[in-house]
Amino acid sequence: MTTMTAQTTQVYSVFIRATPEQVWDAITKPEFTMRYFYGSELESTFEQGASYKQWAPEREKLWVEGEVLESDRPRRLAHSWRSLFDEDSANEEPSRVTWEIEPQEGGVTKLTVVHDQLESSPKTAASVAGGWSYVLSGLKTLLETGEPLESA
Amino acid sequence: MKTDDDLVFRALADPTRRHLLDRLYERDRRTLTELESELEMTRFGVMKHLRLLEEAGLVVTRREGRQKLHFLNPVPIRLIHDRWIDKYTERQVSALANLKSSLEETA
Repeated sequence: MTTMTAQTTQVYSVFIRATPEQVWDAITKPEFTMRYFYGSELESTFEQGASYKQWAPEREKLWVEGEVLESDRPRRLAHSWRSLFDEDSANEEPSRVTWEIEPQEGGVTKLTVVHDQLESSPKTAASVAGGWSYVLSGLKTLLETGEPLESA
Repeated sequence: MKTDDDLVFRALADPTRRHLLDRLYERDRRTLTELESELEMTRFGVMKHLRLLEEAGLVVTRREGRQKLHFLNPVPIRLIHDRWIDKYTERQVSALANLKSSLEETA
């Protein structure tokens, strides 16, 4: 059994049958994120320099906090990321999440999430490694079928 | 027409490509030269396998300076899991979960 050292640059990519605008809305509007992102509610104006907050359901707890670093609707969004959902990772340095949205032929959009600058945040790196696949799978399913994944 | 799932299953149906994925799972962000040095295979052979993995979306390449780096992309496997594995294992798992909770209740 090999163990994985959590990567300091993580890349996740998925092809979605949707327009770039639809993908942008799905990653920036809380009514969408609540349906595929662990039920979390997003709060941000998505202007450069604005705060980025991801709340637990019912706003019981702040899960993720950051700042919008780049915002170019509907092509590219970058924000810093501090995992507050776990005490150990909450004290680590902020990392960076970049969403790249690229239209392809045939009404398909390629969405790539790059989570990097994780060099001083090994606990964060380990804790997000499985989550992004789950989130992007759910996002694709939601956009293509209108239904979130059945919760396990 | 080949679907995304076809490409993923085809890419996984080869021991060398699974070996390449395991190497990238341990550590990715690697060049072709680095990957090639761990395999008993010609550069052309490794390139061919990497291309099939890339077509299936299991490997993503990104340029950093003059280097082309290879990353493992686990999302297609997650999609296969959600589409194929969950469906056939769910009933069994929930039966086990029910058994566990009823045993714990009576304990």
